[in-house]
Amino acid sequence: MTEEEIIKRIDASLAEEFELDPADLVPEATLFDDLGLDSLDMVDMVIALEHAFKIKIRDEEEIRKIRVLEDIHRFVIHKAGELGML
Amino acid sequence: MERRRVVVTGMGAVSPFGTGVGTLAESILGGRSGVRRVPALEHYEGLGSLVAAPVEGIDPKIIPRKHRRTMSPMSVYATLATEEAMRQARLDKEHCAGGDMGVAIGSSVGSTISTQQSYSDFFNFNSLEKMRSTGFFKIMNHSCAANVCHALGITGRVLAASSACSTSCQTVGYGAEMVAFGRQEIMICGGAEEYHPLITATFDIMNASSRGFNQHPERTPRPFDRDRDGVVCADGCGVVVLESLDSARRRGVPVLAEVAGFATVCDITNMVNPSTDYMEICIRKALEDAGLTPDRIDYINAHATGTDQGDRAESEAVGRVFGPRTPVSSLKGHMGHTMAASGALEIVAVIELMNRGCIPPTLNLENVAPDCAGIRHVTAVEFEETSCVLKNNFAFGGVNSSIILRRMDHD
Repeated sequence: MTEEEIIKRIDASLAEEFELDPADLVPEATLFDDLGLDSLDMVDMVIALEHAFKIKIRDEEEIRKIRVLEDIHRFVIHKAGELGML
Repeated sequence: MERRRVVVTGMGAVSPFGTGVGTLAESILGGRSGVRRVPALEHYEGLGSLVAAPVEGIDPKIIPRKHRRTMSPMSVYATLATEEAMRQARLDKEHCAGGDMGVAIGSSVGSTISTQQSYSDFFNFNSLEKMRSTGFFKIMNHSCAANVCHALGITGRVLAASSACSTSCQTVGYGAEMVAFGRQEIMICGGAEEYHPLITATFDIMNASSRGFNQHPERTPRPFDRDRDGVVCADGCGVVVLESLDSARRRGVPVLAEVAGFATVCDITNMVNPSTDYMEICIRKALEDAGLTPDRIDYINAHATGTDQGDRAESEAVGRVFGPRTPVSSLKGHMGHTMAASGALEIVAVIELMNRGCIPPTLNLENVAPDCAGIRHVTAVEFEETSCVLKNNFAFGGVNSSIILRRMDHD
C-alpha cells in the first residue's frame, strides 16, 4: 500500500462516516472548525480508521494531538510503516 | 392559583400511513389499514404474530447529520412531527430560543434498534470494539425530547414521560398543566415509538398479540369485535403544540381545540390486566377536571387495542359513565397500536376529524362482541358535528389516562 493510497482511503472513510464533501478534505482542514466535527466524532473517527485499515489505534497517545486532516494522514502512514503495511 | 385556558395550535404526525396530519386523517376516513405482514417476524422461533404496522419510506437524511447522529428512528419521527406542528402553529427560532417553550415527548423505552446495533458485541462478547460514541444518546429514555430540542433549538423545559401506552396522553396532559399554571408559555407535547420485532414478541409471550390474521393483515386488530384476538404493534409519532388561549389570540394563530380536562391514575389491581373500576375513576376525574357532565361528551375515542380483557373493561367503564348513546370508536383497527405514540397520534387524528365534522369508525368491527355491547359503536364514518370528545389511554403498569378536547368554535 502506498502513502497515496492510504491518504485516499482515509479521506474516503471520513467522507463516508461523517458525510463530508470530498472537496472539503484538504490537508490543512481543521477537524473541529473546518470539518465541523467534535469530541464524539473523534471517537467514531478512530473506529472508522481501525475498520478501514484493520489496525488498533484507540490507545495511541498521538491521536490526542491530531488537529488537522494532515495529522491523521501522517499518523496512519506512520502506523502503517510500523506494521510493515507500506 | 390562576389557571389559564390551554389550546392546541399545531399538530404533526408520522404514522403507519406516512408523514403528515392530512395523510393520517384521509387514511382513516378512507378506511385504510396500515397493517401488513412483516417478513422479519418469520425469523423468530415461536413467534405467532407475523403482522405489524411499521412506518415506512422515511429518509432520515433530511435531518442534517450533526443532529441525526444521536437519533434513532423514533427521534427522527419526533423531529419531523414537531417541525410539522411548529409550521402550523407559526413558531419560529425566536420562540424556540426564548426559554419559554418546552418539550414533553416520551417513548415506551429507548431505542431497541440502537441497543441491538450498538451493544450486541458488548453483551455477547464483552467487547467495546464496535461500540459507537453516539449509541447511548439513542437509547436514553429522554432521547426523543432531547434530540428534538437540539435539532430545533428549543431551550425550555424537557420532560420525557414514559408510561408505555399512556405516555403521550400524559405528556399532553402534563404539558397542558404547565401552560395552564404559567410555567411555560408554549409546550411541544407528544410521544414516539419505533418498531422492532421485540415489541410484537413482548405481547406474543403474554398471549396478547394477534395471531389469527397473518394471511389477512388488514383484518386485524379488531377492537370490540367478536373475533378480536389481540394487539398489532405499530410505530410513529404524534405531536401537538400547546399554548394559552391568550397567547394564541395575541399571536393571531388559529386554535384547533382546547385541552379542557385531563386525569391520570394508577390502577393498582394488576400490573397487566385492566380493571373497569379504575378506568371509570380516570374518566370521571377527567370530566371533573373539565367541569363537564357526561352528557356533554359527543364522542369517545377509546384506547381499545383488540385484546379480550382491555376492550371488555373499557366497554364496561364507558357504559357505566356514558350509557348507550354516546358514539365510541377506536383507531387501532386502522393503524395498530402505536404504543407511546398512540395517545398523541390519536389526539391529533381526533382533533383533525372533529374539525372536519367527522366521527371515525372502528375498522374491522363487524360483529360487536357480547362483552363489548351496551355502548354505541361507530362502524362507518359519521358526518356529525362534535364539540367535546374524550380520549382514553390505558397502559401496562396500570397507568390510566383520559383527556378531554373541546372544539373552540363550539365554546
